[in-house]
Amino acid sequence: MSMWEYANPKLFMSWTRPVLPWAFGLAGLFVVVGLVWGFFFTPNDFRQGSTVKIIYLHVPAALMAINAWVMMLVASLIWVVRRHHVSALAARAAAPVGLVFTLIALFTGGIWGQPMWGTYWAWDPRLTSFLILFLFYLGYIALWEAIEDPDTAADLTSVLCMVGSIFAILSRYAVLFWNQGLHQGATLSLDKEENISDVFWFPLLVSIAGFVLLFIALVLLRTRTEIRARRIRALEARARRA
Amino acid sequence: MIALLLRDLRLAVRAGGGFGLGLAFFLIVVVLVPFGVGPETNLLSRIAPGILWVASLLAALLSLDRIFALDYEDGSLALLATSPLPLEGAAMIKALAHWITTGLPLTLAAPALGFLLSLAPEAYAYLLISLLIGTPALSMIGTFGAALTVGLRRGGLLLSLLVLPLYVPTLIFGAEAVRRGADGLDPMGALMLMAGITAGSFGLLPFATAAVLRINLR
Repeated sequence: MSMWEYANPKLFMSWTRPVLPWAFGLAGLFVVVGLVWGFFFTPNDFRQGSTVKIIYLHVPAALMAINAWVMMLVASLIWVVRRHHVSALAARAAAPVGLVFTLIALFTGGIWGQPMWGTYWAWDPRLTSFLILFLFYLGYIALWEAIEDPDTAADLTSVLCMVGSIFAILSRYAVLFWNQGLHQGATLSLDKEENISDVFWFPLLVSIAGFVLLFIALVLLRTRTEIRARRIRALEARARRA
Repeated sequence: MIALLLRDLRLAVRAGGGFGLGLAFFLIVVVLVPFGVGPETNLLSRIAPGILWVASLLAALLSLDRIFALDYEDGSLALLATSPLPLEGAAMIKALAHWITTGLPLTLAAPALGFLLSLAPEAYAYLLISLLIGTPALSMIGTFGAALTVGLRRGGLLLSLLVLPLYVPTLIFGAEAVRRGADGLDPMGALMLMAGITAGSFGLLPFATAAVLRINLR
């Protein structure tokens, strides 16, 4: 039994049905615990006051916005190499979720930036890269919607995802060249020196775990929906022929 | 390959519209900007590098859907795919033909339009060089986008949505090079990086373009 067998849609469906409520339950638990802990049981930051607490939404959303694209890239590669339909559908399912996480990160960043930097938006490298990432998501989703034949759509969007990844990374470093930023550096690098204090760190970790689980749950749910939608289409096509 | 290049060039010239249209569009965008931001010379000369780059990018975008659409409709794209010439080569030639019909005229016209926006005198050389190096990348990336959307009936709008984010790095380095030239700084870094993007695009994107074309022709 290899992991590739989970690409069988039938197996995938039967395997994800019991997992899904657990994934949603755990995701809800972690997000609620992380946010409540972060919002109500951590001290205010010495300089930023209570606005620092938006970090519990901002950082996990931003993290998942990027990881969703990475997951789409991996799923696209699997589709191109091994042509597992579930993989292509999972990439399709992940895109709107990633898009929403990108939006959350942009909005919470704006709300955070207003009191801190005095502006909702600045053409800072990190902010700009996220806006570009948002455009990449839009293009990817639009291409999926535009093509009728599902296999062609899966093929074309995977190539777009791969080429887009290269250009997304290029843009990321190009904007660094273009403007110096207001945004702070890494908060969560493994190098402990520059990390935030443990008081903020643990609720943030819980919140991140919650967002990861939420992403997994949403992608599983959406993939199941896609599989069902495709089954319905197949049945309709058969009914029309009969 | 040369025959294909000549054929595309001939088609572009004789079909009319395609060749001059991009240039006219370029001109009109550049003329519209002062109406929008006001006629102050200082302001215009400061934003001139960016305006010229964005305008040439949009002008290049305008003619992208013609790269494959006509060939796809009359079936010559299928013929190209089955010809002994590798499709990757054909894709590259298509991009080259697009560049000769849009990128090159835009590059040559840009300094003249620089006068309209009172671009700093030191920047003209860099404007010319940066467009010369950068517009081939625009054509190649655009060819990839055109190949992605070739099978769609109304692909034009989608094409711009797909291609414009891919244009970001080229635009940043291009406009930055001209801006640095205008400010008397050293623009070589930006020019080098842009040359890298162009070289990388021509090295990798023909393969992606050919793969996408094969999928669309399936």
